[in-house]
Amino acid sequence: MNAPPIPEAPRKLRVATVSLGGCFGCHMSLLDIDERLLELIEKVDFDRSPLTDIKTVGECDVGLIEGGLCNAENVEVLRAFRAHCRVLVAVGACAITGGLPALRNHLDVGDMLQSVYGEVPDDPELPLPLNRVLPIHEVVHIDHALPGCPPPADAFWQLLQDLIAGRTPVQAPGLIRYD
Amino acid sequence: MVVNAAAVSEPTAETADAVLDRWQRDPLALVQILRETQAATYWLPRSLLVHIAAALGLTVAHVEGVAGFYRFFHTSPVGCVRLLFSDNITDRMLGSEALLAQLCARLGVAPGEVDAQGRFSVDRCSCTGLCDQGPALLVNHHQVVTRLDGARVDALADCLLAGTPVEEWPDEWFRVVDGVQRADLLLTGLAADASSLPAVLARSPQALLDEVAQSGLRGRGGAGFPTERKWQACRDAPGPLRCVVCNADEGEPGTFKDRVLLASHADSVFDGMTVAARAVGAQQGFVYLRGEYRFLLPQLEQVLARRRVAGLLGRNAAGIAGFDFDIAIHLGAGAYVCGEESALIESLEGKRGTPRIRPPFPVQAGYLGRPTVVNNVETFCAVAHIARRGGAWWAGIGTAQSTGTKIHSVSGDCARPGLYEYPLGTTIAQILDECGAPQAQAVQVGGPSGACIPASEFGRAIAFEDVPSAGAFMVFDRSRDLFEVARHFARFFAHESCGLCTPCRVGTELVVRRLDKLAHARGAGHASAFDIERLHDLDTVLHSGTHCGLGASACNPLRDTMRHFGAAYAQRSTAAQFQPDIDLDAELSSARRVTRRTDAGAHLHTDTPT
Ligand SMILES: Cc1cc2nc3c(=O)[nH]c(=O)nc-3n(C[C@H](O)[C@H](O)[C@H](O)COP(=O)(O)O)c2cc1C
Ligand code: SF4
Ligand code: SF4
Repeated sequence: MNAPPIPEAPRKLRVATVSLGGCFGCHMSLLDIDERLLELIEKVDFDRSPLTDIKTVGECDVGLIEGGLCNAENVEVLRAFRAHCRVLVAVGACAITGGLPALRNHLDVGDMLQSVYGEVPDDPELPLPLNRVLPIHEVVHIDHALPGCPPPADAFWQLLQDLIAGRTPVQAPGLIRYD
Repeated sequence: MVVNAAAVSEPTAETADAVLDRWQRDPLALVQILRETQAATYWLPRSLLVHIAAALGLTVAHVEGVAGFYRFFHTSPVGCVRLLFSDNITDRMLGSEALLAQLCARLGVAPGEVDAQGRFSVDRCSCTGLCDQGPALLVNHHQVVTRLDGARVDALADCLLAGTPVEEWPDEWFRVVDGVQRADLLLTGLAADASSLPAVLARSPQALLDEVAQSGLRGRGGAGFPTERKWQACRDAPGPLRCVVCNADEGEPGTFKDRVLLASHADSVFDGMTVAARAVGAQQGFVYLRGEYRFLLPQLEQVLARRRVAGLLGRNAAGIAGFDFDIAIHLGAGAYVCGEESALIESLEGKRGTPRIRPPFPVQAGYLGRPTVVNNVETFCAVAHIARRGGAWWAGIGTAQSTGTKIHSVSGDCARPGLYEYPLGTTIAQILDECGAPQAQAVQVGGPSGACIPASEFGRAIAFEDVPSAGAFMVFDRSRDLFEVARHFARFFAHESCGLCTPCRVGTELVVRRLDKLAHARGAGHASAFDIERLHDLDTVLHSGTHCGLGASACNPLRDTMRHFGAAYAQRSTAAQFQPDIDLDAELSSARRVTRRTDAGAHLHTDTPT
């Protein structure tokens, strides 16, 4: 007797995450889905992410971007994400609007560097800061946005469930809060 | 007299005091007080605002908030002569930008700046309602100069440089004509003596309401609300005091019919207001006259004075015992949103022109919380006719749902711009035919808040059930780029947004930036389908998420032109990938300056590789 064929496990969604000019608060909020993480990793593989410590992004289904663009390296990383991720999501106020770091935008970044460091290092290892902190949608096309500072854990959960199921993510009104 | 900001000087304080006394130090008249004071002081230094606040018992924050709200109030120094070029699309089509550049070059100032000696400042303003005799400009928020051309601008520069006072400029420059091309009953007017008014008013208020109900009259200001229902609601609202307000803000670009009705048929307008007051039981009437029409004020005041002498206004008006009604004129100060009825009422109360939350509607709680009827100039004019000739007569004109006649302000690419009055239900094609526009590719009906109608739909009729109109009719021939028309209107809305709600304040600006990206994308084809997608998103947000009609209709030109003239957008968005609208390498300039780095890592390329 032939054994019944073992159904092939559905391909897992490959997800990369990064914090650009953010505080990692959005990532912490993602971790707040708590024990649902176990359910999540049944359906998701993490590519480049602070959770995996993989340093370069590979071909992915979804990229979650926390934080805005503060420096040249942020721009390059964001571009790599856009090039490798089918769906790119701006996560949190900083990614969507520049957020708190953008409060520096009315000051001259060169003057600030000089007044803080006196002699400003010219090491090519150090990424140069941009004149203005930019929201990520100014530089690449963004497919979805997850508002909040940070977005609540349930909003991450909902977003990932939608993407796993192949649905266009919609935020339940209760998950968007302005206070 | 140029005043400095440090302390209010004696003569300035005296000027303000005289104005304050004229308005009996009434805080409700703050907008009028600021306007009249500024007419003498050119601008409103903080010290003067402090002085006015103290005199009216208002906080300085309130007075500064009001002074900062209206475009025609200046809280920083301006020239002794202030010139504002009317910046409607029709002015531009007549060459206003080149004339502005010519004048600025002669005077040695840039638009928006004051001449070094403080003699003059030149800037732009929204449509001045002179589209059939433009390009036009506004002088000192008081007079208008029409029919500008190279020669007139040169002569104007001569006058300004020679310091010739405005009163000595040639009269011809200030000539404003009615420009009636086709008159029907409203523009033909009532018989010269309006003495039949007392007989009309002697009828019971209910009889007047019934007459208006029978006429089927709907408001001419844009929304088309049945006039009788509005009046009845006001009459039925509780409270001892009521108001009637004539909306003469006429801010919708391309609209200039109310100007002509006020200039040549003011008695009809006041008749209509008086009938409304009798019908709803109002004691107080206001005309809210847009600041751009300041030049009409003396003659309107004269008509009111004459009517008071004739006993048509005041105690026992028109000889009717117990019917006390008078009309005051308040001027606006360059804010389109003040045409919105609840913002208008705020402005009448001396506040910033911020639209109120509705309900309560003005008919329930309007001016000072009193039940208030707000109607358009043309609506009141129609009432003057209906009250005399009967509702049935009016209902016999036009279509079943759109009774009576409607005045169209025709401008743009046509041989005979001006006013055209037709029964409602007249087709766009007929109007185009009569104004001489065989090459028309589109008409903006009802102004930027209205609809952009392409040639394929010229057979449609102007009526509430087909294409409703607030009165503008701007014609664009085949040489015009409808994308640029939409971009111009987008700038108008961004400029006029009152800033109260985020979807409108931010959204209108985002629309402008996105359209600018399409207009002068760096190099060819740097905009993409993603930009078009964002425009659709913005349209959705503004349409559904704003507090008042301004934001809700701000994307109408965008939406209509994307639908009917999609090619104009497609040819501007050919990039395969999303491309930034920022020079990213330039964003590293400050850091490069202080690090003196020149290595590859100190640079960024802007384009997304395809
Ligand atoms: C932004 C905005 C501007 C408006 N401007 C005018 C105007 O200039 N004149 C006018 O009569 N109505 C204007 N309206 C419509 C008024 O709110 C109101 O509906 C109208 O004055 C009612 O009069 P009616 O019933 O006689 O039409 C405007 C509305 C909005 C939302
Ligand atoms: S959105 Fe809030 S939580 Fe997220 S990175 Fe920015 S500051 Fe931190
Ligand atoms: S929609 Fe625009 S104009 Fe209207 S209240 Fe909001 S910000 Fe003001």
